[in-house]
Amino acid sequence: MESAALYGEVNAGGVRKVANLLVPLRGAKKGLSSMSMITLKVNGRSVTLDADPTTPLLYILSDDLALRGPKFGCGLGQCGSCTVIVKGQAVRSCTAPVSTVAGAEITTLEGLGSSEKPHPIQKAFIDEQAMQCGFCVNGVIMTAKAYLDRNPKASEAEVRQALSTVLCRCHAHSRMLHAVTRYAKGVKA
Amino acid sequence: MSLSRRDFLKTSGALIVTFSLAPESVLAQRLDGASSNQLDGWLAVNGDGTVTAYTGKCELGHGLYTAQTQLIAEELSVSFNRVKLIQCDTALTPDQGTTSGAQSHPTNFNQGALALAGATAREALLEMASTRLGVAVDQLTVKDGVISGKADASKKVSYAELVGGKKFNLTLNTRAKRKNPSDWTVLGTPVPRIEIPAMATGEFEYVHNVRVPGMLHGQVVRPPAYGSTVMSVDQNSVRDLFGNVKVVVKKNFVGVVAEKPWQAMQAANKLKVTWTPGAGLPKQSEFHDYLRNKKPARDTYAVNSKDVDEKIAQAAKVINATYHYPYQMHGSFGTSCAVADVQSGKATVYSPTQAVYPLRSTLAMLLGIPQENVHVIFKMGSGCYGINGADTVSYDAALLSQAVGKPVRVQLTRKDEMAWENYGLAFVIDERAGIDKDGTIIAWHHESWSPTLGGRPGPNSPGNVVTGLIAGFEPAPFAARSPAPDPANFANNNNAVPSYVAGAVNGRGGGTGKIRSERVLTHDVQSPFFTGPLRSPARLQNTFAHESFLDEIAAEVKTDPVEYRLRHLSDPRLIEVVKAAAKAANWEPRSSPRAAARRTGVATGRGISCVLYEGDNGYCAVVAEVDVNQDTGRISVKRLVIANDVGPISNPDGLRNQLEGGALHGVSRTLNEEVTWDDQKVTSIDWRTYRPLPVGADIPKIETVLINRPDARATGAGETAVTVVGAAIGNAVFDATGVRLRQVPFTPERVKAELAKRI
Repeated sequence: MESAALYGEVNAGGVRKVANLLVPLRGAKKGLSSMSMITLKVNGRSVTLDADPTTPLLYILSDDLALRGPKFGCGLGQCGSCTVIVKGQAVRSCTAPVSTVAGAEITTLEGLGSSEKPHPIQKAFIDEQAMQCGFCVNGVIMTAKAYLDRNPKASEAEVRQALSTVLCRCHAHSRMLHAVTRYAKGVKA
Repeated sequence: MSLSRRDFLKTSGALIVTFSLAPESVLAQRLDGASSNQLDGWLAVNGDGTVTAYTGKCELGHGLYTAQTQLIAEELSVSFNRVKLIQCDTALTPDQGTTSGAQSHPTNFNQGALALAGATAREALLEMASTRLGVAVDQLTVKDGVISGKADASKKVSYAELVGGKKFNLTLNTRAKRKNPSDWTVLGTPVPRIEIPAMATGEFEYVHNVRVPGMLHGQVVRPPAYGSTVMSVDQNSVRDLFGNVKVVVKKNFVGVVAEKPWQAMQAANKLKVTWTPGAGLPKQSEFHDYLRNKKPARDTYAVNSKDVDEKIAQAAKVINATYHYPYQMHGSFGTSCAVADVQSGKATVYSPTQAVYPLRSTLAMLLGIPQENVHVIFKMGSGCYGINGADTVSYDAALLSQAVGKPVRVQLTRKDEMAWENYGLAFVIDERAGIDKDGTIIAWHHESWSPTLGGRPGPNSPGNVVTGLIAGFEPAPFAARSPAPDPANFANNNNAVPSYVAGAVNGRGGGTGKIRSERVLTHDVQSPFFTGPLRSPARLQNTFAHESFLDEIAAEVKTDPVEYRLRHLSDPRLIEVVKAAAKAANWEPRSSPRAAARRTGVATGRGISCVLYEGDNGYCAVVAEVDVNQDTGRISVKRLVIANDVGPISNPDGLRNQLEGGALHGVSRTLNEEVTWDDQKVTSIDWRTYRPLPVGADIPKIETVLINRPDARATGAGETAVTVVGAAIGNAVFDATGVRLRQVPFTPERVKAELAKRI
């Protein structure tokens, strides 16, 4: 996949700009906590940046890498909107310090597919029109995908259990469950 | 890039239709030559055959952008993907007030300036084609921007060919003929939402993703309690942090700015602020009595036939009940965010607001600059369901940016979003009815108490939300009024008037029912917390009471709840949705509760509820089927069957999505949601202390019956289902167990307590 597609920022005119990834974070010279060089593998690409190692991964992904999939919903690990997949597990990036995932393979929503070429689970959500404001859909897709990757034969009740701490305030729950079920059937087939 | 009309006129061929949405007074000024900030609405058929249109109503996740695009494509007879709609930008789009209240699609569809502009352009293009082709207009047909002869299809010309590099300026023809719904090819079809592929793949740009050069990150430090004010701020407490932290204080507004969002978050947590103690809050356990006794009040009669006490005195039986509804939260899933750039007396603000023009005006007040210098650009945020933190965070970002002279992005913390939002209204509602010897209702009395404070800022009340207040602006004053005057006109915007009364004011009936002896008296009182419109404000709470109470009466006279509703209703469309929901649910006619219900284990029941939303904005009925675990008190809603009539259906799948989401939002609010507080502050501040239904919850099967009325006025779809669900669940619980739930939310503890009272 093109790096521009991974880390680009789409402006109002639809033109992608590539963020400059290797510029160290500008911190004040003085400070209590120390900065250190951290290497992340995000959506198949290696990125090295200078960051406070206690920074939650989400801040690095959405601010430094300008990724739009993982989102800040609560900052407390309670809602799922920041979910990314790390080593096959759904991880809430808003509470995971970046130092704990250094070197690990991290996949975000944009790492699955694009609007031109959506991943089957993204396509299932598009086909079912399974969202309203769409802000929660990252959490639902990434949590369901990580679970179904590990448990391809999971029952609907088990998938629901996996989504029992993921929220959606537009309450598009039924369509989302239909979309997940549609995707899961494809996985089993 | 969005082009201004001037750019259009300069650069390209286009046929432009201009229309004014401005009030008459503004038009008069403009004719006098005085300058006006009001932008005309306009629509352009471009030289390449595409269409650009400008709207003052924004997408909030409800599918409005797609529905508006369908409307324009239809009236212009072009395919959906030829239309580019530009929404809500004070430099580009007309002022259409606030996108709210399930009024937005109806506004554009019924009042139709945008639709009429499309029709105006189509008719003008047909005239041009008639001249060019030598075929009479009535012998021409249009399909996807190509006009051709009905008899000879080889005679044809496209919009692109007609417009080419030339310029045509038209004004709105108010007599332009709208398309007949039977000819629709784009409207009325389930066009998929435009934004969804980008949302599903992480490409969509929310306001949270807006980045401008040189942008810094801010966080706010809210007071610890209601009424707390700043005593001192210790700037040294954040001196050693990374990120060139700046501290900003303006009256009781306190915030920090840093280079990175995590640095700003840490600085906000570490900043030492000394506050005065709060003013204290009324006890939550006694809050409903507090409301009932709170003075002063604003008293209003919605109807008053002045014979209610007399009729009730004559009644064979009188029934009373009191219902309680809590404060609830919008609880947006993503916390509110805005980006502001305030420099050299000019401001550009990217905001998820529902109201770009009013926000421009209040930002100008807050920043002390002329509103001409404020540019507000709408960018979609997380679903709001009414006034969430969108306006207040726009103020936060603007104040911080003004103080540091650089662009600042603020995204609130979960606690800041929840502890200070404008909550949905708490209510206490008394209902009383007199019944004759045949079991028919002859008189209905309704009296309610509800607290308000602040609300939408509108064009001149920034103090209606928290940031405006702490930065020094007062909320709009409370206008006490007692006693209530007689009503001048019938209006049921709040659904305070039950569906079963005649709604007669000054000799004219405006209601949907038959009961002629009617009195509806409401008392607004001052709230200790900010309040504001939350999806179906007041309408949901009133409907919960009315529809529960009607069921209580039906049970008292041992009549089937559907039959009893139909007996008292007069409006044929409301009758039809009740019948349609009952039919689709295979409703079994009998009185409630179900005979010989068991007292232990799981009991099953069904209930119905209906409304004409806002008295004129959409018909809805729902049947709920529930299981009640009588040992744990847990309610499980198994099935919801919704019948809805919005008039002409513009997008059936979008409508279904709204009904399904609204219904489940209603389940969550009915079973789970309640704002809590202690003697100083709100204590429901995250998703452990405020618990909506998660995605994996045991949710009901939802079925929708859509009644299409192509020739009727369009009405709203976003707030009908959420309004009726609560009472249907309560009625189903009664059917299952014989226990009446009169206080929302129906928590297991409350259900168990009520079950334990059974004799």
